[in-house]
Amino acid sequence: MNMLHTINKSPFENSTMSSCIAMCSQDSSILFIEDGVISVMKSTKFSELIENALKEFKMYVLKPDLEARGLSLNNVIEGVEIVGYDEFVDLTTEHKTVQSWL
Amino acid sequence: MKLGILINEGPYQHQASDTALQYVKAALKKGHEIYRVFFYNDGVNNATRLATPPQDDRNITKEWASLAKDHGIDLVVCVAAAQRRGILDKGEAERNGKDSDNIEDGFRISGLGQLVEAGIQADRLITFGD
Repeated sequence: MNMLHTINKSPFENSTMSSCIAMCSQDSSILFIEDGVISVMKSTKFSELIENALKEFKMYVLKPDLEARGLSLNNVIEGVEIVGYDEFVDLTTEHKTVQSWL
Repeated sequence: MKLGILINEGPYQHQASDTALQYVKAALKKGHEIYRVFFYNDGVNNATRLATPPQDDRNITKEWASLAKDHGIDLVVCVAAAQRRGILDKGEAERNGKDSDNIEDGFRISGLGQLVEAGIQADRLITFGD
């Protein structure tokens, strides 16, 4: 189902991100917000999982939350789209439903 | 599009209420309608007018109240969650024999049916929490 998943937790904190990727169906998208933004950094133990998942899902990360944490935009894994709140709103309206993983 | 918002986390706890505020502001700017914001669990703590954050910090409760005033947004606080956490309007304070109420202008206390209704009436229901 055409669903937007939002992830707001660091993958180093709990298993939300891995569970979401395992559960997601193919035409879904994933938006990383709040502490979730750390998921899409290059060279972590989760980078490979993200890179593989990018072949199946579109992924987005919220720019203000990257900046609030001092995370460099250059360190975002290629293929993950960096978006603002305007695009966050568009993503929620373009998908049929929104699942917030908390 | 009609958007419903559910907030499950109190202000200053982590980031849910801030994210929801920014999301709602962006949605309004794009011309969407906010059908209702429902405050549930610790989210009801967003509704106390007695909170006094430092002057150089954001006042989340006032921001919700002014958004509600400017755009006619329905801010609903869950009654059962509110009673447990001491969030009261005048009627609830009198009914429970309390000496005061503390709800901010623009918020109203009601039941879970309001969340169900938002889920049915809004085109999307978006949850913010911890």
